[in-house]
Amino acid sequence: MSCTEKKARLAERQEQWQEMVDKALARFPERKEAFATTSGIEMKRVFTPADVEEIDYNDEVGFPGEFPFTRGVQPTMYRARFWTMRQYAGFGSARQTNERYRYLLGQGQTGLSVAFDLPTQIGYDSDHELSDGEVGKVGVAIDSLADMEILFDQIALDKVSTSMTINAPAAVLLAMYIAVAEKQGVSSDKLRGTIQNDVLKEYFARGTYIFPPRPSMKIITDIFSYCKDNLPNWNTISISGYHIREAGSSAVQEVAFTLADGLAYVDAAVKTGLDVDVFAKRLSFFFNVHNNFLEEVAKFRAARRLWAKLMKERFGAKKASSMMMRFHTQTAGCSLTAQQPDNNVVRVTMQALAAVLGGTNSLHTNSRDEALCLPTEDSVRIALRTQQIIAHESGVADTIDPLAGSYMIESMTSEIEAKALEYINKIDGLGGVVKAIEAGYMQQEIGDSAYAYQKSVETAEQVIVGVNRFTIDEPAPKNLLRIKKEMEIEQLESLRTMKAKRDATAVTASLKELRQVAESGDNLLPVIVSAVKTYATLGEVCGVLREVFGEYTEA
Amino acid sequence: MDKKIKVLVAKPGLDGHDRGAKVVSRALRDAGMEVIYTGIRQTPEQIVATAVQEDVDSLGLSCLSGAHNKLFPKVVALLKEKGAGDVLVFGGGIIPDEDIPGLKEAGISAIFLPGTPTQVTIDFIRNNITQA
Repeated sequence: MSCTEKKARLAERQEQWQEMVDKALARFPERKEAFATTSGIEMKRVFTPADVEEIDYNDEVGFPGEFPFTRGVQPTMYRARFWTMRQYAGFGSARQTNERYRYLLGQGQTGLSVAFDLPTQIGYDSDHELSDGEVGKVGVAIDSLADMEILFDQIALDKVSTSMTINAPAAVLLAMYIAVAEKQGVSSDKLRGTIQNDVLKEYFARGTYIFPPRPSMKIITDIFSYCKDNLPNWNTISISGYHIREAGSSAVQEVAFTLADGLAYVDAAVKTGLDVDVFAKRLSFFFNVHNNFLEEVAKFRAARRLWAKLMKERFGAKKASSMMMRFHTQTAGCSLTAQQPDNNVVRVTMQALAAVLGGTNSLHTNSRDEALCLPTEDSVRIALRTQQIIAHESGVADTIDPLAGSYMIESMTSEIEAKALEYINKIDGLGGVVKAIEAGYMQQEIGDSAYAYQKSVETAEQVIVGVNRFTIDEPAPKNLLRIKKEMEIEQLESLRTMKAKRDATAVTASLKELRQVAESGDNLLPVIVSAVKTYATLGEVCGVLREVFGEYTEA
Repeated sequence: MDKKIKVLVAKPGLDGHDRGAKVVSRALRDAGMEVIYTGIRQTPEQIVATAVQEDVDSLGLSCLSGAHNKLFPKVVALLKEKGAGDVLVFGGGIIPDEDIPGLKEAGISAIFLPGTPTQVTIDFIRNNITQA
């Protein structure tokens, strides 16, 4: 049978089937008038070869490890090595967090991921007035190199890869990491890890900005440049859609706004004279994985393909490594319910499976109790075990991209790619990401999606098990992890002791030099590394930069 | 005609999670209230200054960072100090149940946890404000 004949036969068969559907509908209407994903993409009753006939396998799908990387970035994917199981953790003091890290490594976790408290993320020391009440709450408090030394005590930095969720003050925390490694006798070229360093999304989705966009972009390109020469194995940025999604975006918006940010970083780096084929291989990404299973799988495939094409077309990238999107994924914090929290284990399992079927390179699985507090050790272990069960027991990791070729998945992948590109073009039309942020464009789009979602939950059009259906009366949860009040006092005490012990003259001199370099426009990294080695605090270093660069405030 | 209910929605502390604050603001607005949203990273002093200046009927505080035990009571104490103790204060966020009695004792009239329908908050404000 020829191709045309096959198509005609399919169309004919579909018409006949439609008659059957119409009869069924007359007797039993479907659950909804129309079915759609979070991004408003139609979920058809069935997808057929007709939905994928425009998709050229060789150009659009291809093979794993090959452009456009739809099926994954490595030729053997999980058959060689599973994704990195990396649980984001940090709370209280550096000592407490160090204990949690050593526990997680002992349980088979393969990488570290540091959560810092809010004062650290915003460049304030624990004794700053705005830090009051926040010290050690959402992550570990780091004031100086002294804390960082404790954080990585007995953890060999040449053996472990470390991801740090740090943005505006990323240069300072990276400098401390370099200094700790040096004390362990590990040279910086041996260091493996990631700093989030993605400030753009802070302005419209996460909120831990310090400086205005322009100097922020300058610090970021300083980091790219410094790491290219000194930390060749370090991922210099983790361009993050995670928080965009948490703020309420749809899956398409998550892809679009993340890639738009990515393009802005690449553009800034290229403008400072960096060669795209030298720095782009160290770019990494970070996505959310939410409940709509099939849309999420397609989202990851679409993001990889779109990024590869954009890098090739817009920046003339030549090396495959400059075009391949490597990403970390975290299950959706906003999908966790405070009601019947054990149900969250099931949600997380499903989300993690979608991330794996989408070809993630590393994964964090949330703990069941995170809608209530920071996770307890028991909850974290179940979350890690969830990944280990998917890896070792489910069999899905034994063949690469197993959902490829599904009419639905391929069609959805193309649809998400096309819709995300529309958004990116729109942002270009507004003058780029920074202009779009100033105009409040992304904020508005995300806000609209978040509100629409909330309304759909309140009308129970979107069922959330245990929240708007299948509810029960349940006792208040017990055994939550609490950060003790004394922690803040102890942190202030150790900061005072450290300040009394350090060489004050060296600190003053290093901060003076930092100011000069910041004013001159030279690369900031070398002086920041020198400053943290004198035990100048995070707040002191950021304080100097605040004075030179100014501070951003929300419009 | 009834005066429009005026509500200030505020984010005390360093927490940047503003999805809830924004969704609640919008829902209150859709319910016919006049809503001012402060934006993130407000000190208790700034929040109270705005509340007094705008002469609001109610004040909603949102915090997901765990700093609520320190920040919420501080806001209420400052309100009283400025002679605005009649403002109806409520809160929301990631707040463990065991903290709620202490917060209520400190003058926060209600705490709304994740999963609370916005209508519950709307009804609460309508039923509990003392309008001049």
